[in-house]
Amino acid sequence: MSARPFASPVERLGRGALRVLVGAGFLFLLAPIVAVIPLSFNGGDFLSYPLRGVSLQWYARVFEPFPWMTGLANSLTVASATTVLATVVGTLAAYGLATSDFRGRGLVMGLMISPMLVPLVITGLAIYLAFARYGLVHTFVGLILAHTILALPFVVVTVTATLQGFDRNMMRAASSLGASPLTAFRTVTMPLIAPGILSGAVFAFVTSFDEVVVALFLAGPGQFTLPRHMFTALRDKLDPSIVALATLLILVSILLLIVVELLRWRSERLRRGRP
Amino acid sequence: MISADQQPDLRRKLRRSKSRARLRGLLLVAPALLLLMVAFVAPIGGMLFNAVANPEFRSAMPRLADYVREWDGQELPGEEGYRLLAEEIGRAYSDKTLPGAAMRLNYEQSGLRSLFMRAGRRADRLEAPYRRSFLELDKDWGSISVWQAMQAASAPFTARYLLQAVDREITWDGEIRLVEPEKRVFVDRFEATFWISFVVTSLCALIGYPMAYAIAAAPPRRARLMLVLLLLPFWTSLLVRTAAWVVLLQRDGIINDALIWIGVVDQPVQLIFNRLGVYIAMTHILLPFMALPLYSVMKGISPNHMRAAASLGAGPISAFWTVYFPQTVPGLGAGCLLVYVLAIGFYITPALVGGSGDQMISYLIANFALGTANWSVASALAIVLLCCVAIFYPFFRRYVGIDRLRLG
Repeated sequence: MSARPFASPVERLGRGALRVLVGAGFLFLLAPIVAVIPLSFNGGDFLSYPLRGVSLQWYARVFEPFPWMTGLANSLTVASATTVLATVVGTLAAYGLATSDFRGRGLVMGLMISPMLVPLVITGLAIYLAFARYGLVHTFVGLILAHTILALPFVVVTVTATLQGFDRNMMRAASSLGASPLTAFRTVTMPLIAPGILSGAVFAFVTSFDEVVVALFLAGPGQFTLPRHMFTALRDKLDPSIVALATLLILVSILLLIVVELLRWRSERLRRGRP
Repeated sequence: MISADQQPDLRRKLRRSKSRARLRGLLLVAPALLLLMVAFVAPIGGMLFNAVANPEFRSAMPRLADYVREWDGQELPGEEGYRLLAEEIGRAYSDKTLPGAAMRLNYEQSGLRSLFMRAGRRADRLEAPYRRSFLELDKDWGSISVWQAMQAASAPFTARYLLQAVDREITWDGEIRLVEPEKRVFVDRFEATFWISFVVTSLCALIGYPMAYAIAAAPPRRARLMLVLLLLPFWTSLLVRTAAWVVLLQRDGIINDALIWIGVVDQPVQLIFNRLGVYIAMTHILLPFMALPLYSVMKGISPNHMRAAASLGAGPISAFWTVYFPQTVPGLGAGCLLVYVLAIGFYITPALVGGSGDQMISYLIANFALGTANWSVASALAIVLLCCVAIFYPFFRRYVGIDRLRLG
């Protein structure tokens, strides 16, 4: 979009306006995330500029056992179990949906993605009422099952997208060479769609790690996750340690974003047949 | 070459292999389907049941419930009815099921809870003639509306919670009417929910459209970087982003400092715990959901179209409106649908950055469930909200589809 010498004044004006608009948009998106980072090193007790000296006191607070470290431990427990369950079940389902054509396939697909669209409060309330009957409320098992439901659509969508670019003739070639369907999946399909499965897993992890509404319904004090503690902290009193925690979580999300970008890059290379 | 007598055999083989593939597909989908059925579909069905179930009165006083079901509702029951009432109240009081039933009756008519609990406490003093005995206890026992309330509470199902969720009530003779003005709280919240979602969707479209265009038009390397920057907030925890806005928008936050420094205002302005805060924070959270589908559509539009329009004499503005914009409508529609549907269900962000007048319907549902443990009203509100989302579902599958849900 280099400025062309023969561009009319209207065009130049439009282009300038577009630049300003887009710049403002990115500023709006990124400024809040960037602006909290310096505050986390604040020496004073208030969450405002100018900073009163530099200190790591709030980070020290984050690493105290309660609430943040116990919350982190609970979050990691729930998110890792959710990731394993949702990735395995979701990948199988996506593979089944992509490779065969049974009646009601569209309906099943619609059902699979619906937890993404149903408001979280509804899912939380419904699961709470159902799980209360089986004593699953205020247990890790209940929370993990509920989070798996929420994470499943992300795995199915991501793996399905990968499978759409997958050349099924490779499977046919494998079976014509005598491989059983399982062997063909393990040695041909799996390596090719692995990046998609892994990014689905990252999505599942983040979905659970970030989730607070269903946790409000299903987690008892023994299962309070990190976001659940953050919700209480934000609602009741703005404790500066939350900004230090936020900074650390921003670093984690940057890391995860890089992982997903690398996986996508790898997946695209594999698809173009240059492993 | 396949000879004629081999053909049916081959056909059968093909059919068998196809049906085997179909079966394999079903088996692969089965675990996910089972999980969804047990932990998602069945619970939502249960919640629907919960919204219309009416068990409290019947489970506490089953014989009385049968009796009032038979009662014609025209005039006060005779001595037999009052005798049954005395027996059932006494038994329900001693096995501690009376409070639930009394609470349920109180929804029908306020004051009935204390009337029934008082009778329960003194049940051993009630004796024949029962009707007079009840009237001596409280003259309200002679009112026909008490019996009508019992009749309404004795049906296996009730529409009262669903009606209550839309500020309606059903009178005893079957007329549906608005509740008293001071009790009309839910329709107001539904309207606020739709309005906030609409404003947020519009803001997302206004900000997201030029951004998506700029990314689609940028050279690949820069486009990649811009996409990553667009996705970063998306990958950042919702609570982190909400916390960031609370910090920035507070009275002595950066935004107020900046506004005062520029000289726009000379006093800090209230930017948070009001509607403005909700719009800002929600737009920030939902913007990537608008920009990504727009970008994926714009990426596929050839720049030659605009060049052709320009060479044919169209000015930049008319070329944009007549050639470019119509091609982006599917992306815009998908983005708007996605943002609107997600916005309708927002709870955490308005709860943390809004005032009491800016809460959305999800907040009420959570409050009824977790605050006052009124599961019936919470379930009824959830059903109404679910219907509001379900309206969009067919459009969703048609215009958004599973591909554009791919985020990141």
